[in-house]
Amino acid sequence: MTALLEVRGLVKNFPVNTGVFGRPKSFVSAVDHLDFDLHEGETLGLVGESGCGKSTTARLLMHLVAPTAGTIRFEGRTVGTSELPLKAFRRQVQMVFQDSYASLNPRLTVAESVAFGPLVHGVSRDEAAARANSLLERVGLDPARFAGRFTHELSGGQRQRVNIARALALQPRVLILDEAVSALDKSVEAQVLNLLLDLKEEFHLTYLFISHDLEVVRFMAARVLVMYLGRVAELGATEALYTGSRHPYTTALLGSLLSMDPDHRAESAPIAGDPPNPIDPPAGCRFHTRCSFAEPVCSSRVPVLTPLGSAHSVACHMSEPGSGHGCAPQRAA
Amino acid sequence: MFTYAAKRVLMTMPIMIGVSLVCFALVHLAPGDPLISVLPPDASQAIKDQLMVLYGFDRPYYEQFLRWLVRAVQGDLGTSIRTGRPVAAEIFKAVGNTLMIATLATFIGFVLGTFFGFVAGYFRGSWLDKLASAAAVFGVSVPHYWLGMILVIVFAVQLGWLPPTGAGPGGSEDWRWNWVHVQHLILPAVTMSVIPMGIIARTVRALVAEILSQEFIAGLRAKGLPELGVFRHVVKNVAPTSLAVMGIQLGYLLGGSILIETVFAWPGTGLLLNDAIFQRDLPLLQGTILVLALFFVALNLVVDVFQSALDPRIQRA
Amino acid sequence: MSAVPDGVVAGVAIARSPGYWVTVLWRFSRDPFAVVAALVVLGLIAMAVFAPWLAPQDPFHGMSLRRLRPPGSEGYPLGTDELGRDMLSRLIYGARISLFMGIVPVFAALAVGASIGIVAGYVGGWTNTVLMRTMDVFFAFPSVLLAVALAGALGPGILNSMLALTLVFVPPIARVAESVTTGVRTRDYVEAAKASGAGALIIIRKQVLGNVLGPIFVYAMSLIAVCMILASGLSFLGLGVKPPQPDWGLMLNTLRTAIYTQPLLCALPGLMIFITSISFNLMTDGLRSAMDIKA
Repeated sequence: MTALLEVRGLVKNFPVNTGVFGRPKSFVSAVDHLDFDLHEGETLGLVGESGCGKSTTARLLMHLVAPTAGTIRFEGRTVGTSELPLKAFRRQVQMVFQDSYASLNPRLTVAESVAFGPLVHGVSRDEAAARANSLLERVGLDPARFAGRFTHELSGGQRQRVNIARALALQPRVLILDEAVSALDKSVEAQVLNLLLDLKEEFHLTYLFISHDLEVVRFMAARVLVMYLGRVAELGATEALYTGSRHPYTTALLGSLLSMDPDHRAESAPIAGDPPNPIDPPAGCRFHTRCSFAEPVCSSRVPVLTPLGSAHSVACHMSEPGSGHGCAPQRAA
Repeated sequence: MFTYAAKRVLMTMPIMIGVSLVCFALVHLAPGDPLISVLPPDASQAIKDQLMVLYGFDRPYYEQFLRWLVRAVQGDLGTSIRTGRPVAAEIFKAVGNTLMIATLATFIGFVLGTFFGFVAGYFRGSWLDKLASAAAVFGVSVPHYWLGMILVIVFAVQLGWLPPTGAGPGGSEDWRWNWVHVQHLILPAVTMSVIPMGIIARTVRALVAEILSQEFIAGLRAKGLPELGVFRHVVKNVAPTSLAVMGIQLGYLLGGSILIETVFAWPGTGLLLNDAIFQRDLPLLQGTILVLALFFVALNLVVDVFQSALDPRIQRA
Repeated sequence: MSAVPDGVVAGVAIARSPGYWVTVLWRFSRDPFAVVAALVVLGLIAMAVFAPWLAPQDPFHGMSLRRLRPPGSEGYPLGTDELGRDMLSRLIYGARISLFMGIVPVFAALAVGASIGIVAGYVGGWTNTVLMRTMDVFFAFPSVLLAVALAGALGPGILNSMLALTLVFVPPIARVAESVTTGVRTRDYVEAAKASGAGALIIIRKQVLGNVLGPIFVYAMSLIAVCMILASGLSFLGLGVKPPQPDWGLMLNTLRTAIYTQPLLCALPGLMIFITSISFNLMTDGLRSAMDIKA
């Protein structure tokens, strides 16, 4: 598999609390040195608690917010340079937002919303309208009934189908799904997930599937990336990660799932409290304040993402050879 | 609290400088020679030049502005071209007179507006609400200078209860707090009060209705708090905003008194402004507008800080 | 704004829902106060347009013999003014200048203020700071004071007072436009439009304008009543319309001397201003609640 999208050293700091003269006094470190690849044809799951930088990552990938540092390459070409201008990149990568209502313009009809992207890219009116109609049909909305409707006349599931059609209207190769089904009822959610699987097959799409729902991610994704406070905690094939997680944070997240097996039911909350304030994140490993295995090294040094096998890596001092943590493996000779 | 106040004061400085710049520029917007009102049409060029130097009109604009600003900060607003008296003294006297009717008007408007607003908010949808809302619409729609004339027609001309115009025997120079003089205040103040009455009634109605629909009120009633106790909670929640609106209305009335003062020949800043415009007394015009605008800015500042002291939620915004 | 024409597209018959403004109009039509107010406004505009056909007499022709006749006099249903001109005709003709001066400055200010506010709101950053802080300076003047000061400095006349009134209404409209636009700019659908590769101008035209123009327009409408009162006020002070033009504010001024002899006559021009401003206010209130559609 080749990397379709390569993310290297992505950083985003949001200024907060600007002083009297407009100079920022402090920053929120939303995304901190993020590296990952998105392979052609795969679904990569991105999980983490709310506020861990998942949505910021999505917006950074779409260049809806400017990164503080880092590069994004699409098929080896750096995005936003003359190699691959933004407009061309955006035809290849599209996004579905969480809030189905807020992401559709209330003054445009469904068909107008879907046809907007193609029109911007110079497709003729008739062609754009025809494309909108066939896509609406494809996502399960009869164009004769729905094309002329406005957003407030649709249900949440219908609106999210429109958003998917809108994202597909530019015939992209990558779809970023930012909590795209999180706000839907469970039954509707299942229908939309199945639709997404069908569409992936039909249009040969690659998905970056962002969610806080571990069950849904397990259903959708072949690989999973776990984020904690803007950094990668663990990255690996879904089954390997769900059955043999190596980062205490991943283990804790998985422990919070309700098990069908009474013997495996968690007796107490695996992680206590809220995530620390990202304005002043903890030094060293950002998880050490809530980690039950934390040792002095955890608060002083940032753990390196260490490969564990062919497709599994983790950023934890317990898995990093010679890190100085009591549980760390010996450094290879 | 103090940091917030300090920050607000700091933020007001550029506005104040901007306001002074606008006041200064006004004079140079005016077409024609700034000395046109004092010079006879056949004045010689030599006299003209001499006066231009005397008033400083021969200097570049930025220098005139800086000089004017420095002097203004020291309380010297120049000399009235028409009367030859210091502008600051003329304004000081007039401001006092305008403050009298504006304060009285704000007070009347606040009392009536709050009353109408509470009634309307408490009995939403009833005929009382409709009546109070009608009063509010009347307040914001009526041309107050016309209302002033109507009041003069009714209470001065027809009934003869109150004097139609002026500030009483001897004018404002001889002002005393007795009935002979105070009765001159009534018609202008009542006329003026209509505007804040309408605006305060609308604000209070919306606030009362919103607070009464909140869950904590239902909670208070559910735990058996008598209606009077509930009312106290409503008042506590309405007070900061309505007081703030009142403060800002006072500023509007002070700055916008010209029409009513013209109707009632009341010797305040409005009448002064009127004279300054029609006599083309530019230093007086400039000074009066500056004082009124700065007063308005300062009042906004005070209201803001005061409101944040009453309602700590404001500071976070 | 329509990207997809109504009717048959690519062989599919499309059922189109009634648009936003159709819904608003329908809701407006169910508010009796607002409908009556709108009819009065239309009537006043018709009166101004058809003044030469409606007025029974020449509004400029006066005779000192028949000065200050009371309303109800023979041949002069609303009496005559201080120069013996027919009041009814002057009131009818007065609608022309009075409405013109009440409406045109607001629309001029709407064009300027909305442009400033939308640009400031959409672009944000330093552009926003510079534009909006400049507006704040003008906002720091009470509106009557600013109008009088500008009109006074520019000198009397219709054009000057309309210019002054326009300047008075630009900052408040810009402020509303800025806050509405800032609210829309961060909405996901604008983000989605950006993500589809659209440039700023297309996004403003197709995605932003439709959502901000409504609220800005309603706000501007609510200023017409204020502008009417201010414009007539300027004429009343002698800063606006010059005699012998018939204007309600100016008539109020010139008839003031007759307050003891013909009080009813003096009240008439002001009554016209009042009717106009209250009708605009009620109409705007109705429009505002009609536009407040919750999904």
